[in-house]
Amino acid sequence: MSLFFIVALPFFGALLPGLMNSAGRSACSGVTFVVSLAAFLGLLTNLPYVLAGEVVTAQVDWMPALGLNFTLMLDGLGFFFALLILGIGLLIIIYARGYLSRDDNMGEFFTYLLLFQGAMVGIVLSDNILLLLIFWELTSLSSFLLIGYWKHLPEGRQGARMALTVTGMGGLAMIAGMLILGQIVGSYDLSVILQNRDLIQADPLYVSALLLILLGCFTKSAQFPFHFWLPHAMAAPTPVSAYLHSATMVKAGIFLMARMWPVLSGTPEWVMIVTSAGLITMVLGAVIAIFKHDLKALLAFSTVSHLGLITMLLGTGTAFGAMAAVFHILNHATFKAALFMSAGIIDHEAHTRDIRRLGGLRKLMPVTFVIATLAALSMAGIPPLNGFLSKEMMLEEANHTVLFGIDWLVPALAVVGALFSAAYCFRLIFHVFFGPVRDDYPHKPHDPGKAMWLPPAILVVLVVLIGAAPFLAEPFVKLVTSSLLGSAGEVPDAHIKIWHGLVPALYMSIAAVVGGLLVIAAFKPLSRAWDAAPRPEAKVMFDAVVAAAAGLAQRLIQPSHDGSFTRSAAIGSAAIIVAGLHAWSTGTVEAATRAMQPAGPVAIAGWAMLVAATVALLFVHRNRFMALILIGIVGLMVSVGFVFFSAPDLAMTQFTVEVVTIILMLLALNFLPKRTPVESTTLRRVRDGVVAVAGGLATFGLSYHFLLRDTVAAPISEFHLANSYKGGGGTNVVNVILVDFRGFDTFGEIIVLGIAALLIYALTEALLDGPVRARLLNRTPDQPLAGDRHPMMMVVLTRVIMPIVLMVGFYIFLRGHNEPGGGFIAGLIVSIAVVMQYMASGFSWTSARLRYPYHGVIGAGVLVAGMTGIGSWFVGKPFLTSDYTYVRIPPFHEFELATAMFFDLGVFLAVVGAVMLSLESFSRLARRAHMPESDYPMDIDPSRHDPPPDGAPGAAKEGV
Amino acid sequence: MTHWIIAPVVLPAMLAPFIVLAARYHLRIQRTFSVVGVLALIAVAASLAWEVSDGDVILYQLSDWAAPFGIVLVGDRLSTLMVLLTAVLALFVLLYAIGSGWDGRGRHFHALFQFQLMGIMGAFLTGDLFNLFVFFEVLLIASYGLMIHGGGNDRLRAGVQYVLFNLIGSTLFLFALGSIYAETGTLNMADLAQRVAQVSPGETAGIRVAAVLLLLVFAIKAALVPLHFWLPSAYAEAPAPVAALFAIMTKVGAYAIIRVYTLIFPPDLEVTAGLHEVWLLPAALVSLALGMIGVLAARKLDRLIAFSIVGSMGMVMVAISLFTQQSIAASLYYMIHSTLAGAMLFLVADLVRTSRPDLVLAPRSPFAGTALTSALFFVGAIAMAGLPPLSGFLGKLLVLDAAFDTDAMGWIWTVVLLSSLVSILGFARAGSMVFWKSHGISPDPEAKPMPRPTALSYVAPGGLVALLIALTVFAGQVHGYAEDIAAQLFAPEPYVSTVLETPGKLSGPTKEDH
Repeated sequence: MSLFFIVALPFFGALLPGLMNSAGRSACSGVTFVVSLAAFLGLLTNLPYVLAGEVVTAQVDWMPALGLNFTLMLDGLGFFFALLILGIGLLIIIYARGYLSRDDNMGEFFTYLLLFQGAMVGIVLSDNILLLLIFWELTSLSSFLLIGYWKHLPEGRQGARMALTVTGMGGLAMIAGMLILGQIVGSYDLSVILQNRDLIQADPLYVSALLLILLGCFTKSAQFPFHFWLPHAMAAPTPVSAYLHSATMVKAGIFLMARMWPVLSGTPEWVMIVTSAGLITMVLGAVIAIFKHDLKALLAFSTVSHLGLITMLLGTGTAFGAMAAVFHILNHATFKAALFMSAGIIDHEAHTRDIRRLGGLRKLMPVTFVIATLAALSMAGIPPLNGFLSKEMMLEEANHTVLFGIDWLVPALAVVGALFSAAYCFRLIFHVFFGPVRDDYPHKPHDPGKAMWLPPAILVVLVVLIGAAPFLAEPFVKLVTSSLLGSAGEVPDAHIKIWHGLVPALYMSIAAVVGGLLVIAAFKPLSRAWDAAPRPEAKVMFDAVVAAAAGLAQRLIQPSHDGSFTRSAAIGSAAIIVAGLHAWSTGTVEAATRAMQPAGPVAIAGWAMLVAATVALLFVHRNRFMALILIGIVGLMVSVGFVFFSAPDLAMTQFTVEVVTIILMLLALNFLPKRTPVESTTLRRVRDGVVAVAGGLATFGLSYHFLLRDTVAAPISEFHLANSYKGGGGTNVVNVILVDFRGFDTFGEIIVLGIAALLIYALTEALLDGPVRARLLNRTPDQPLAGDRHPMMMVVLTRVIMPIVLMVGFYIFLRGHNEPGGGFIAGLIVSIAVVMQYMASGFSWTSARLRYPYHGVIGAGVLVAGMTGIGSWFVGKPFLTSDYTYVRIPPFHEFELATAMFFDLGVFLAVVGAVMLSLESFSRLARRAHMPESDYPMDIDPSRHDPPPDGAPGAAKEGV
Repeated sequence: MTHWIIAPVVLPAMLAPFIVLAARYHLRIQRTFSVVGVLALIAVAASLAWEVSDGDVILYQLSDWAAPFGIVLVGDRLSTLMVLLTAVLALFVLLYAIGSGWDGRGRHFHALFQFQLMGIMGAFLTGDLFNLFVFFEVLLIASYGLMIHGGGNDRLRAGVQYVLFNLIGSTLFLFALGSIYAETGTLNMADLAQRVAQVSPGETAGIRVAAVLLLLVFAIKAALVPLHFWLPSAYAEAPAPVAALFAIMTKVGAYAIIRVYTLIFPPDLEVTAGLHEVWLLPAALVSLALGMIGVLAARKLDRLIAFSIVGSMGMVMVAISLFTQQSIAASLYYMIHSTLAGAMLFLVADLVRTSRPDLVLAPRSPFAGTALTSALFFVGAIAMAGLPPLSGFLGKLLVLDAAFDTDAMGWIWTVVLLSSLVSILGFARAGSMVFWKSHGISPDPEAKPMPRPTALSYVAPGGLVALLIALTVFAGQVHGYAEDIAAQLFAPEPYVSTVLETPGKLSGPTKEDH
C-alpha cells in the first residue's frame, strides 16, 4: 500500500467514529479498529521491501519554494516505529472499548485517538523534516485533546495545558533547529541530510541546531529537566496513558534522536548532553517512581526513567549502544503498555489506583496478576524476560562509557538506576497483588472482560517470547539498527542472548536486583524519609511560572490598554513626531529656491485673528458656547484665507459649511452641559501641551520648508488650469476638478457625507433605544425656555425668505461650472433654507410637511451621481467621463449643458439629504414626552380663532 | 474598453444607496441584494484576478483623463488578489450577519456594509494617492457606522476612540499628501515613482519626512505598535461580523505599505535610504510580542482575539519590513492566512456569546452548541497561534525562512518563536476555561435558557475553516502566486509605463503638454 494511504487512513478515518457515535459503542470502536487495521495491513504489505533493505518512498510537491514537500519514506527504523504505533494502537482500541464507560463520548475519544495515530505514523514516515515538524506538533495537539478528554477534571485540564506548553515549546525550538539544519545542507529532505554528516558537524551553526533539536526531543520524550509534564498527563484515560504516554508519543523524541543519529551524534557535545540528560533522567525517574502511591504515577515515572535509559544509550554514540536502544524501545513498549493496561484494569475494577489501598489482588484478579507480574518482572530485568536482555546490553554499554573523564560514573549510575527500577517493580508486584485480601476496597475487584485483559495478555506473550527466544527478534533488531546507523556505523556482531558468561554486566544486574529487594524490604522507613525530605514540586513551580507570566502579561498590557484616549493619542503623536524628526535629521537641505513674500496688512490682520482665536480657545474652552464662537472665527478666517488665495469656490464652500456645522453643533450643545469639567491633572495637561506644541512646531517647520521650495517637476495643476475649458467645458477650474478631473474623489466624498448622516441617524436610534433615552426624557434644561418658541415674526420672515434662498441655491448650482458655485454649495444653501423652517416652526410641524424622506434623498443623490458615471459606459467611455454641448432655447441666450451637471445634481441631493438627516436626528433627541409639540406653525396666529391647547408651549401668552 | 475593473467599487457604491432609497425598512430585501451583490463581487474579482495572473496590468482612466492628471484604477496581481480576498471574506461575514441576526439589531447595516466594501475595494484598486485618502475616509466612516451598529455604552465609547484615533491618521495623511505634492507636484503613484527619483540628493529632507509620514499613516491602519491603541477595544466591542470584516482593514494598511514602499519609495532608492530600516522592524517585532502577550493577558475572549490580530499584523509587518522579494511573498501568504483566521475567530467568539452570558474568561455553566463551537475555536486557535498543520504554521515557516541570513535573524526568530509559545499558552488557557471548565459546573436552574446559534451561523466560520484548509493544501500554489506578485512588485516598470503612457482625453501624442 502506498505510504500516503498509511498516513492518510487514520486522518480520514478520524471522521468515522464521530459519525458512528450514535450507532452504539461497538460500532464506534469497530470502525476505528477497522481503520487502524487497514493501515496496519497496509504497512505490512511493505514488509518485503524493508526486509530486502530497500527504502520505500512516496512524494508529492507541496511548497517546493520553501523546501517543504510531502515526502514519505519507509526504512527499517520507520517500519519498526510504525509497527509499534499501529500494532499497539489496535490493542489499545480493543482495550478502550472495554475501558470507557457509558458516560464517555466514545466518538470523540476515538476521533482524537485516530488523529494522534495518523500524526504519529506521519512522524516516523516523514522524509522531509518540515513535514515531520508538522506531524510532530500534531501529536502535541492530539495529546492535548486526549489528556483533557475528561473535561470536568481539573487535573485533566491542567495536565493537558502543561503537556501542550512544554512539548509545544520544544516543538517551537525544533522549528528553529530544523530550519538551521535545512539551511546548512540546502535541503530539508532527510535522505539528503543524512548523507551530509561532515558538512553539518563542521558548520558553525551545528551546536545551535543540535541544542534546538534536542530541546524538542527532550521535551517530547520527558527528559530531565522537562520530565515533569508526563506524570501530569496521567490524568488522561488509561488507554491514552498506555498508548501515547508510554508506548508511542513519548518515543517520538527518541525516534528523532535515532533518526538524526547518523548526522548529529558522535560529537563531544552530543555525547555530553544526551548521555548525561539520559542518565539523570533514568536515575531520577526511578527514584521518584518508588515513592509514588498512585499506580499510574509510579508507571509514569518509570516511563520517564526508561526513556532516560534509551536516551543515554543513544547518547553514547556507539553502534552497540544504538542496537541496545532499539531493542529496549521494543521491549519497553511491550511490557510498559501491558503494565499500564493492567493499572487501568485495577483502577476500573477496584475504583482506586492508590497502592496503599490495594493489596491481595492476586487471589481476586488472577489473570491480571499474571499479566502484570510478568510485565513487571520483565521491567525489573529478571531473566528470561525481554527486559533482562536489553538491560544487560545497557549495563554492558554503560561499562564502556566515560563521561566527564570519570570511568566509574556511568556504570555506577546505571546500576543505581537499575536498582531502583527493580525496586519499584517489586513494590508494584508485592504491594498490589500480594499480602492479605482486604475488605475495604472502594469496589470489590474481579477480573475484567476479555476486551480488557486480552490486549495486555498479547503483549505479555511477546514479552515472554522475546525473552525466551531472543534469536527470533535479533534479525529484526539488527535490521532496524542498520537503518538507524545508516552509513555512520556498522551493525555490531554481538548476539542477543540470555547467557553471555560471567561478564561484569551480569554482576551489575545481580547487584541491581538484590539491591532492589533490599530497598523494598526497607520501604516503610525510606518512604517516611522521602516524605519528610523537602523536594521541588514541578507542578507548583510550573504553575507559578505560568501564573507569573500571565500576571506579568496583564501588568504589561492592561494599564496601557485601559482605553485612555489622551494617553494613546499622546504616545502615538509623540511617535509620529519622533519618526518625522528622525527622517528630517537624516536628510539633506539646500538653500531655499523661493524668496519670502512681503506680508501685507490684510494677511497680518487675518493671521493675528487666527492666532488670537486659537489662543483664546485655549483659555475659555471649558465654556462650550464660547468655544463654538471661537471655532466659528477660525473657520471664517480660513474662508477669508481662501479668498486671499483667489479660491472663491473654496471660500464659499467653507463659509456655508461653517454655518451648517455651527448650527448642528449648537443643536448638539443643547444636550450637553454648558461647561467642560476638569478631568485631567496638571501634569497630564503639561504632557499633552508639550506634545501638541511639538506637533505644531513640526507642522509649521515642514510647511515653511515646502513653501520656500519648488516642486521637482511642474505640478499637475498646470494641466488642470490649461485644459479646464478645453476638456471639461468649464472655466471654473475648481469645479471642473471637482466634477470632472477628479470627479471620482468627489463621488467618494459625497458618499462619506451620506454615510456620516446615516451614521448620525443610526446613532440617535441606538441612543433612543438605550438607557440614554430616560436621561434625555427627564432632563431639565439648565436655562429657562423661551416663552415664545415659534415667534410670528420669525415664521413669517422665513416663509418669505425660503423661495428666495431656493432661487439663490438654484442659481449657484447652475453657474457652478463656470463661476464659483456648484452642487455642494447649492446643497448647503438649500439646506439652510429648510433649516430655517425647522427653527421657526418646530420639528413636528415641519416634518409633517416633508414629502421626501432624507434617507431617500441621500440615496438618490449617490445614485444619480453614480448613474451619471455609469452613463458614460454607454458611449464606450470610462466611468464619469463628461461631455458638454451648447444649446439655445429661445428666448434664452445660448447656454452650456454638461453631463457633469447631473453629477453635480447628485452631489447637491446628497448634501441636502445628509445635512437635513443629521439635523433631524438631533431634533429627535430634543423631543420630550411631557412637552407635546405644537401643530401650528406659530404660537400666536391672529387669523386663528381657537386658542392653542392647554399645556402647549407658549400657551396663554396674554402679554403679547 | 472594459469596465470590469471598476465594478468592485461601483457595484457596492450603487447597491448601498439603492438599499437606502428603496429598501430601508425591508430587511429581507436588503439581505437579498447584499448577498447577490457580494456574490457578483466574487465573480468579478475572480475574473479580474485571473485576467492579470499572467502579469498584465489593467488600467482604468476615470473621466477619461490620462494619468497623472486624472485618477486611475490599476489592477495588477496584488490589487486583484486583495480584492478577491475581500469579496470572499465579505460573503462569509455577510452570511454570518444574516444567520445570527446581527444585521437587524440596528439601522442600515447592509448599506453601511456595502459602502465599507466600496471603500476597501477602492483602496486596493486606486493608483492615486489622494484617491486612496478618499477611500480611506469612506472605509473609516463606514466602519465607524458598522462598529457602533446595535449601540450599547461600551461599544459607543470604543467607537469614539476608534474614530478619533483614525482621524489623527486622516489628518496625518493630509499632511503627508501635502508634503508629497509640494515636493513632487503630483499624486499619481506611478508618476510619483518617477518624480521621486528626480529629487536631488542634496535636498532630501522634505521627501524623507513625507515618506515617513505616509508610512505612519499606513502603520496606524495596520495597528503597528505604538500606533495600535485604537484596535483592541474597537475590535473587541464591534459586532462580531463587523470585527470579522475588519480583519481585512488592517491589511489595507499593510497593502498600502507594500504598494507605496515598493513602487514609490523602493528599498534601493537613495533619497529615502536608511529611513524606516531603523525602526520598522523593531516596531513590528514589538507588535508581534505585544499582541501575543495581550492574548495571554486578556480577560475576555473577544479582547484576546483582538490582541491576536495585533500580533498577527506584527508578523505581517516583520515580513514586510525586510523588503526582499522573498519576505514580501511570505508576508502576502501570511496576510491571507491571518485575514481568514482572525475573521473566523471573531465569528466563533460570537457563537459563544450567543449561548453564554458573556465572554469573560471565567467559569460559566455549560452552554448550547459547545461541541461544534469548541471544535471551531480549536481550529481557529491553531491557525492563529501558528501551529501545524494549518496555514499559520506554513506562513510562520516562510517568514522565518525569509529572515534567515539577515542581520536581525536572531531577533526575528526569537521573537516569532517565543511569541508563538505565549500565544499557545494564552489560547489554551482561554479555550480550556471557556469550553472545558464549564463541564465541571452544574447549570444554574434559575438562569433563563440562552438561545442556540442558528445553523447558518455555523456555515460562515465553517466556510472560513474550509478556506484555511484550502490555503494549507494549496500552499505551494498560493505561495507560488505570492512570489509572482512579489516579482511584479520589484519590477515595477510595466506598471509605471502602463499608467503613464496610456493616452487619455486631450493627451494624444501631439497634445502632450507635460
